[in-house]
Amino acid sequence: MARPAATVSDAPAVQAATPKQELGPVFKLAAGPSEYLDQRLGIAKLSRPFIRKVFPDHWSFLLGEVALYSFVVLLLTGVFLTIWYTPSMAEVQYDGSYQLLRGLTMSQSYESALNLSFDIRGGLLVRQIHHWAAMLFLAAMLAHSLRVFFTGAFRKPRELNWLLGVALVLTGLIEGFAGYSLPDDLLSGTGLRFVDGLVRSIPLIGTWAEFFVFGGEFPGDLIVARLYMVHILLLPAIILGLIAAHLALVVYLKHTQFPGPGRNETNVVGYPIFPVYMAKAGGFFFIVFGVLVLMGGLMQINPVWTYGPYNPAEVSAGSQPDWYMGFVEGAIRIMPNWESHLGGTTWSWNVAIPGLGTIALFFGLMAIYPFVEAWVTKDKAEHHILERPRNNPTRTGFGVAAMAAYGMLWIGGGNDIVATQFHISLNSVTYFLRVAVFVVPVLAFMATKRICIGLQRSDEERLLHGAETGIIERDPSGAYSERHTPISQGEAWTLTQHRQYAALMPAESDPDLSDGQLQRENLRRRASRFYFIDTLRKPTRAELEAAQHHGDGHGEIESGNGHDGNGNGHHSIEAGATTSGAIPSQ
Amino acid sequence: MTDLERSASAGDGHTDLDVAHPESQYPVADPGHPEHLPRLTDVDEKAADRATRQVATMFGIVPVLAIGFAVAYFALPRTMYIDFGFLHVNLQHVLLGTTAGLALLLIGIGAVQWARQLMDDHEMVDYRHSATSDAADREYVVRELQKGTEESKITRRKVLGRSLIGALAAMGIPLIVSFADLGPWPTKKRRAATIETTIWHEGVRLVNDITYVPIKASDLEIGQLVNGQPENLKELEGTEFQQARAKSSIIVVRMDPRTIRVPASRQDWQVGGILCYSKICTHVGCPISLWEQQTHHLLCPCHQSTFDLGNSGLVIFGPAARSLPQLPITTDAEGYLVARSGFTVPVGPSYFERDSRHDFKEGDN
Amino acid sequence: MGALSTLLAPQQQSSADTGTSQQVTQGKGLFAVQCASCHGLNGEGQVTSTIQGPPLAGVGAASVEFQVGTGRMPLSKSEVQAPVHAVRFSESEIAALAAYVATLGPGPAIPNPSQYDTAGVSQEDVARGGELFRTNCSACHNYEGGGGALPGGKYAPSLKGTSNVHIYEAMVTGPQQMPVFNDDVLRPEDKKAIIAYLNDLHSRPNQGGLDLGGLGPVSEGLWAWIVGIGGLVIFAVWIASKGVKAK
Repeated sequence: MARPAATVSDAPAVQAATPKQELGPVFKLAAGPSEYLDQRLGIAKLSRPFIRKVFPDHWSFLLGEVALYSFVVLLLTGVFLTIWYTPSMAEVQYDGSYQLLRGLTMSQSYESALNLSFDIRGGLLVRQIHHWAAMLFLAAMLAHSLRVFFTGAFRKPRELNWLLGVALVLTGLIEGFAGYSLPDDLLSGTGLRFVDGLVRSIPLIGTWAEFFVFGGEFPGDLIVARLYMVHILLLPAIILGLIAAHLALVVYLKHTQFPGPGRNETNVVGYPIFPVYMAKAGGFFFIVFGVLVLMGGLMQINPVWTYGPYNPAEVSAGSQPDWYMGFVEGAIRIMPNWESHLGGTTWSWNVAIPGLGTIALFFGLMAIYPFVEAWVTKDKAEHHILERPRNNPTRTGFGVAAMAAYGMLWIGGGNDIVATQFHISLNSVTYFLRVAVFVVPVLAFMATKRICIGLQRSDEERLLHGAETGIIERDPSGAYSERHTPISQGEAWTLTQHRQYAALMPAESDPDLSDGQLQRENLRRRASRFYFIDTLRKPTRAELEAAQHHGDGHGEIESGNGHDGNGNGHHSIEAGATTSGAIPSQ
Repeated sequence: MTDLERSASAGDGHTDLDVAHPESQYPVADPGHPEHLPRLTDVDEKAADRATRQVATMFGIVPVLAIGFAVAYFALPRTMYIDFGFLHVNLQHVLLGTTAGLALLLIGIGAVQWARQLMDDHEMVDYRHSATSDAADREYVVRELQKGTEESKITRRKVLGRSLIGALAAMGIPLIVSFADLGPWPTKKRRAATIETTIWHEGVRLVNDITYVPIKASDLEIGQLVNGQPENLKELEGTEFQQARAKSSIIVVRMDPRTIRVPASRQDWQVGGILCYSKICTHVGCPISLWEQQTHHLLCPCHQSTFDLGNSGLVIFGPAARSLPQLPITTDAEGYLVARSGFTVPVGPSYFERDSRHDFKEGDN
Repeated sequence: MGALSTLLAPQQQSSADTGTSQQVTQGKGLFAVQCASCHGLNGEGQVTSTIQGPPLAGVGAASVEFQVGTGRMPLSKSEVQAPVHAVRFSESEIAALAAYVATLGPGPAIPNPSQYDTAGVSQEDVARGGELFRTNCSACHNYEGGGGALPGGKYAPSLKGTSNVHIYEAMVTGPQQMPVFNDDVLRPEDKKAIIAYLNDLHSRPNQGGLDLGGLGPVSEGLWAWIVGIGGLVIFAVWIASKGVKAK
């Protein structure tokens, strides 16, 4: 026989354990519904960890939010647009209110874009908000990833989050391209023609890929509908999934923070979500939305009616893709015309290398960087305090070099606009960029590294000698000197709490390591020297105290002359450990 | 000293992060949180009232703007324009944008100002936990996984697991195969019928694009450029029309025969200095009609490939690798330009299976 | 140019005697002072000396009206392309110069107003003019006639603010690197439609706000970064800043 079920009490449900205090009217109103939900969803248990979660405050942490909010705006405005947009390449004759295209044949998708722009009130506003939001989505993602890169926030345990971010940028890029190709206007159609030529040029599989993408010969009648599916279904789903994972990791790992007094690797200092961050972040959402709507209302973007419907026999001077594809466009323009004709086959290096190679290179390098740096430093610790860019000059140099290379390709993408606006020969711009795309990043790396080391020196000056006051004193013998005041302990802490990595000398032979392993270890050590040999070493406590005691009549404590007069900071060379694995601390 | 805070909620008040702190890493000790300085609005009631009024006013303007949006939407004629200095814009559009935009902006600024000036701004501290799970969890999971694996009998009867993997992998085949009709297969035959051929053939008249006016050789001046199409293009429509146009577009140029180089093999492809070339760039397919009358150079606006039309369309600059295909032309009985044949090589961008040995190269004659 | 071109060139334009003899004399005088130093006293051209100018036989009155009327000629210094300067001559002087140059050889005449006056062009024709513009002209001059780059520092100029007659003349004469679009191939009604389209396009207000230069995605991207990211960064700095502290 079954055992009797436990009896269920008829007594009223236990009240939520709220402390006995006078609750305001809103709380009283919400009590009933909250109780209802809590009995079914356990909302108190769910929300407990999050209600007062602490977020650190810095303006650069809001760049990721700009990207997130732009995406929300894209979703909202996108739904509006789908109500009127028709993803069909079927031919129609235009009979709408834009007289300059009256009677022309065009695709239905172009006609629906014109309809939205001229005949639906607010339609053009929403179209333009949508396009500006797309531009801002990608720009904010790049700006955010630059911030993450330069502060080293991609280090353990956030490497996977970095990869999610790289995937987001790539997906966003494709999403944007698919989106602006939907109106089937002359400019985006020219872009599709470019993609057709690019896909076709892929060695071995090009024609197959081309026919499969376009459903046959270019332009066919399927590509707009297919891009529509990609744009409103496939990629938004992927992006939403990536964003959810990205944010979940930020919540789980907690946000990083800049160094400062009271902040260390084990805590996070800031304001609670409720109420401060809700107000600041929620307010920022409205600010981003507001800026986007203002841009959509005041700044015209993608005026498809002046471009005209797509016609494969027409083109406009100054045709460019949207800015985020500019680096690929630039690569394609400056690439020399290398093509191999082997027997009856054609290998189009001139198209395939810049077209696919730039994307692969850019995103590939972005993706593997955290792992390369982790291999060089062999750093297994978790990092939650951000690095100031000057304290890792080589990484910062790499970042600026990458930006320089990207920038050179960007300029290449607009080389004809550069030529006309600045009255330069178009051909000269191209020739210059073919060289500059390699040379300028190297120069940028060198300059940046030097600037960072200079900044490190000025930090060291402040630590050892205090801050300059601008007060000049003259001593009895006639010599001038500037008075310094010691910096606060908080600032001194901020300037010295960073982690230092060692530049290691080569390891000698080791019985524990095979030849191959020893070679790799020495390669790693060489890399670590490249990375860290120029970086200044932090002053030790002894040096700081010594500097404090060097009064010399130069003013207050912590001023004085701790240097050898050459102005050389303390650089880092450590004798390498000869046994595998042992890394000298510091 | 500092006035550090109320503890955080997740607050067990300690951390489980294992961070080694060798003494030497921190030459300066952490002085702890700086003292909390009150804001003006914290001590001065009048300042706080002012801030409150600011925020409330900002929120208060929003409904006005929202109504303004509705007024602009319904009351303004769609075609009204502002003509004010350099502003030459549609009024309704601009008003819809500015009312809605400012409204949203004011909500945001108000909320932020509220947080900055009036909400309590004591900083709080939360403690981090190592991302790594604690030892107990890991041991439990490993143990239970092992138990579960034994219970599943998969280790004893390996064929179960292997055949399952094989079965699941095999389902990849239907998945991939289902996409095989994404497009027609570009077999050799299909390529020959599509991308390797155009609607040009012997006897087709050259006509102006858009107007379809045929071109008489004697109508062309030296330095003239005509954007053209084959006459039979007008028999097509819809997708076929676009596909044909993407390959059949041509340009006709007239140059002084004394200033150009016509190779022996192409002497009868031209009519007294009138030459016809494909308009489709051999780089990635943009139509080219940027022709310099005096230099005879043709510049593609997309990626700046430049072709010398006075020298059989050879590439002289830019990323295109092959010369521009030339269409052999002659005149018919009435003096109109007609094609002698179709193009002798596939027009447009390169592809892997393309036999590019027959394109005109430097040094060919 | 020369004898061969006059043989092959179509006899589409009227003969050289378009101007009155008084105009021709006045024009010859002006020519000798203003133009001969580059183009030679009889317009025969100078192609070997340091100061170069092409021969003018056969360029026709239309070329002169265009080049001088837009301020491109007289050229103040030798450069890769004649830029637009302030117009140096009065209308009657330009007509005189044109009449004189027309006597040097048969060439395109100045179009008469009925050819370029766009009043009464139907809306369908204006739209057709747009298609013609995008087929023949936008590859150099861009989708709204904003201009574009040519090789070697040359450029296709912006068409905004260019008068109807000058657009017509440019098509007919093919100035400098611009190709010729004569009336036999691009018929006068086609040219009129193109001009009507341009006029309508340029006089229209911008439907969506400020034009941002009419250069397409390059300037749009620039403004997205400057106004969008720049503006939002300013807001972000404000949001994360601490308020005014009490003393």
